[in-house]
Amino acid sequence: MSTTLDRAERPMFESADWSFETIQRCNDEIHKIAVDELGLDIYPNQIEVIGTEQMLDAYSSIGMPLFYKHWSFGKHFARNEAMYQAGMQGLAYEIVINSNPCISYIMEENTATMQTLVIAHAAYGHNHFFKNNYLFQQWTDANGILDYLEFARDYIMSCEERYGEAAVERLLDAAHALMSHAVHKYPRPRTNDLRSEEKRERERREHDEKVFNDLW
Amino acid sequence: MHIVDRRLNPSGKNLANRQRFMRRAKSQIRKAVHESSASRSIKDADAGGEVVLPAQGVHEPSFRRSGSGGIRDHLLPGNKEYIAGDTIPRPPSGGGGGSEGSPDGEGEDDFRFALSRDEFVDLFLEDLELPDLAKRRVVNADAVVFHRAGYSVNGSPANLALMRTVRNSLSRRIALHRPKPEELQALRDEIAALDGPEDEARRLVLEEELARKQRRTGLIPYIDPLDVRYRRFEATPKPVAQAVMFCLMDVSGSMTEHMKDLAKRFYVLLYIFLKRRYKNVEVVFVRHTHQASEVDEETFFNSPETGGTVVSTALEEMQRVIDERYSPDNWNIYAAQASDGDNTASDNDKTAALLTRVILPACQYYAYLEVGRDSEHFPPGFIRRDSDLWQTYSGIIRTGAPMAMRKVGHRRDIYPVFRELFAKKQRGEVAAE
Repeated sequence: MSTTLDRAERPMFESADWSFETIQRCNDEIHKIAVDELGLDIYPNQIEVIGTEQMLDAYSSIGMPLFYKHWSFGKHFARNEAMYQAGMQGLAYEIVINSNPCISYIMEENTATMQTLVIAHAAYGHNHFFKNNYLFQQWTDANGILDYLEFARDYIMSCEERYGEAAVERLLDAAHALMSHAVHKYPRPRTNDLRSEEKRERERREHDEKVFNDLW
Repeated sequence: MHIVDRRLNPSGKNLANRQRFMRRAKSQIRKAVHESSASRSIKDADAGGEVVLPAQGVHEPSFRRSGSGGIRDHLLPGNKEYIAGDTIPRPPSGGGGGSEGSPDGEGEDDFRFALSRDEFVDLFLEDLELPDLAKRRVVNADAVVFHRAGYSVNGSPANLALMRTVRNSLSRRIALHRPKPEELQALRDEIAALDGPEDEARRLVLEEELARKQRRTGLIPYIDPLDVRYRRFEATPKPVAQAVMFCLMDVSGSMTEHMKDLAKRFYVLLYIFLKRRYKNVEVVFVRHTHQASEVDEETFFNSPETGGTVVSTALEEMQRVIDERYSPDNWNIYAAQASDGDNTASDNDKTAALLTRVILPACQYYAYLEVGRDSEHFPPGFIRRDSDLWQTYSGIIRTGAPMAMRKVGHRRDIYPVFRELFAKKQRGEVAAE
């Protein structure tokens, strides 16, 4: 029966199990809809299948694939691991990184349906957002982020060699305390002061004078 | 699109962070380990497992808006009691802000942290050291092990270090400008390519150069005896990686279950400790009343026995076992004796003689644990008379023998006493004990 169906009519997958072939096929179908029909503008995709431990790794280094070493990451890893093992906390189905190519981590435990959803959500939805959101465009650099992370890791490592781990750790602790205040993302429009009001008024008047047509 | 299977990556990426964390929280983890080891049964004292750290100790500070304090002005729409523009007096202090979520939505509970077995034992036995004098027989002079130790210029052909030899040869050839085969071939090709008579002069030059290079090739050998290196091996005495631990216990009627329990806990600690230092640890159980015998663990701890108390019999039995199976040349011998301190008065001298002449010379360390009754209370000011064995052994220890003794009355004392016995100390202190 199924042999008589042509490829387009065949279901993408028939069971919960997935294979790399399945993922490839799902991705192709999603690509058709997302890019060809909806016209999303995306970075090229790179999909990486990871296991539990790697997901916990990613958790502890705020989702980044490579990161410098710090005790707090070890702490977060230990806590997440303990919570996960006690069944008190599930793990994310995916993590997507704002880089070019856009890296999406998908969990090996996901079912085929879940993988499809996750790819559509992360590899196309988030990806499009990363590339086109004005704040992301302004504040992030997808092309350079992986190189930058690598540089940061190596730089901190070299600092540790030069100044000792204790000194670097102290500095990083202080920096981490400020971590959530990194970028002032939402500049408000400035209220006009008197001088700029006057200037604007003058410019308007000049403009009006220029275009003044006494015929009318 | 590109699919990568990252599951195959090596695990343990976070190990460095974990170690940093453990170092950071070391004092707390250590405390937690000691606390948890008090509550768990000593039998699985070395099993590793979870310890609970207080959240405060591993707190990461962060700047954030405070949930309380400061001057706060709120603008609220009116309702049926107030209209816009009314000011509402601050509620009386003490009312508090009601329930307040934690700022980042992530509560910090006490921190559960699972330690591996090795990490646990490391912290558990941290700072403990086999006494200095235990190194007396750490190496066995007869057996040797060979270790790689660099390169030498002579040796057996089987140990020829090919890579190193060729590397030396290469650097020598480069340094002396030995012509490469490709260079010679290139010259020959060029000569062959010249055919016209007008190239005659050029040909002569090239041929001369070729001859010169060939001569040089012949003079500078490809591999010179100077280049040859052999892998060098050094023989070091093989460490004696095995230990035997003698558990001696008085099982006469005066030893209660409680005392045996204390003794057992001590033996278990000693066993864990030795196991960390030696690859192979054997345990011999010798129990005694007025006669001694070697028994298995089950019998040692559980089977009741009655009779008098003659300690020297146990030492004799130990001597017999040593002679039979554990030659001091090949084994590190440790002994731990537990007793309530009673001994037949006439036996004390014999015990002391046996110990000093036979047992102690063979042993690395001899620990005597005098177990008392938990319920024993002495009125203040009452000085307890030292037991027979205590008095006897005090005399021996004063001579500087590798021996130590402690009194233990309660389960909670076992671990501190054990630490005290094996704490790192200077040679002088050991002798002075």
